[in-house]
Amino acid sequence: MLLFTCPNCGPRNETEFHYGGQAHVAYPESPGELSDREWAEYLFYRENTKGLFAERWVHSAGCRKWFNMVRDTVSYEVKAVYRIGELQPETLERIASATEPEQAQPLAPAQANPTTASEGV
Amino acid sequence: MWLLEKQYFLMQKGRAEMGNTAQNTEVLALRRSPAHHLWTDFTVGSVAGERGVTLREVPFQRMVGIRVDPTSEVGTRIGELTGGLPLNSGDVTTGESGAAVLWLAPDEFLVVAPDDGEPGPSALVTSLLEALGDGAGQVIDLSSNRTTFELSGPSARAVLEKSCAADLHPRTIAAGTAITTEINKIPTVLFKSADETFQLFPRSSFADYLGRWLLDGMVEFAAEGTSWP
Ligand SMILES: [Zn+2]
Repeated sequence: MLLFTCPNCGPRNETEFHYGGQAHVAYPESPGELSDREWAEYLFYRENTKGLFAERWVHSAGCRKWFNMVRDTVSYEVKAVYRIGELQPETLERIASATEPEQAQPLAPAQANPTTASEGV
Repeated sequence: MWLLEKQYFLMQKGRAEMGNTAQNTEVLALRRSPAHHLWTDFTVGSVAGERGVTLREVPFQRMVGIRVDPTSEVGTRIGELTGGLPLNSGDVTTGESGAAVLWLAPDEFLVVAPDDGEPGPSALVTSLLEALGDGAGQVIDLSSNRTTFELSGPSARAVLEKSCAADLHPRTIAAGTAITTEINKIPTVLFKSADETFQLFPRSSFADYLGRWLLDGMVEFAAEGTSWP
């Protein structure tokens, strides 16, 4: 059993929530100008991410509000929760770069803050 | 069927002739709460003592659903009747009328007041509707949508924790806090009205199932020689 943290209500059982697919799929600015292929891709084509994935959820048994979640599709770990309308925090990159060192050997304290780390956020 | 027809007829008659006490009494006597058939079981299944837990139905509470932006002008108007509107999950406000206003969502609230023994719309709904006026929002009498179970006693929390994933520890939920959650996957509004007392508001159609489910969870506390950590 998983606990999801609704931005409005706090931690609740996963059974209180329903999934809404990939987040941040923007409605086309000029739908009329899309080719059939582009329209089909907007409607039906979604990422099939292995790893961190931004997706929409609704707290259907609670406040009934939609929100976004960044979830690891392998470990089911929830990395971030944020409201609808909020920009996707640069979580994907930031979390990805923050978790990479975990795979590597632990650094000695002197090496823990290498001054060469200039790759930006 | 006959009962339902007679009930309906009397309700209509009661509405038409509000103030006729004898008739109102006759109408009120025909009401049956959703878990009425379990009352004996609740009494038999309740356990006294230091590990005790008591279950009862509190029938016919008045409930009003409100949907409004609490920070808007209308929200303020309504809040004047209800001691303000709660702004966060868990918050409950209480107005002069004695009705508790529970937070359900940022723009949705549930007003709960005891049965006032009137067959028609309550004065509370009428005054809330007046406050709403033509503002953006909704005020709806939801009295028969949900019933109320009151689970109390030293083991009340332990009974709920068997099938409720929300944190019910006092450090998270103090007395006077209400949350929406699921108990055994039954959508329930849970109002901790006192230190060892939980009021549960399941929808009426779940009353039988939840009532029996809670009774099941209470059985172990009646048994001798076992201990709860
Ligand atoms: Zn929620």
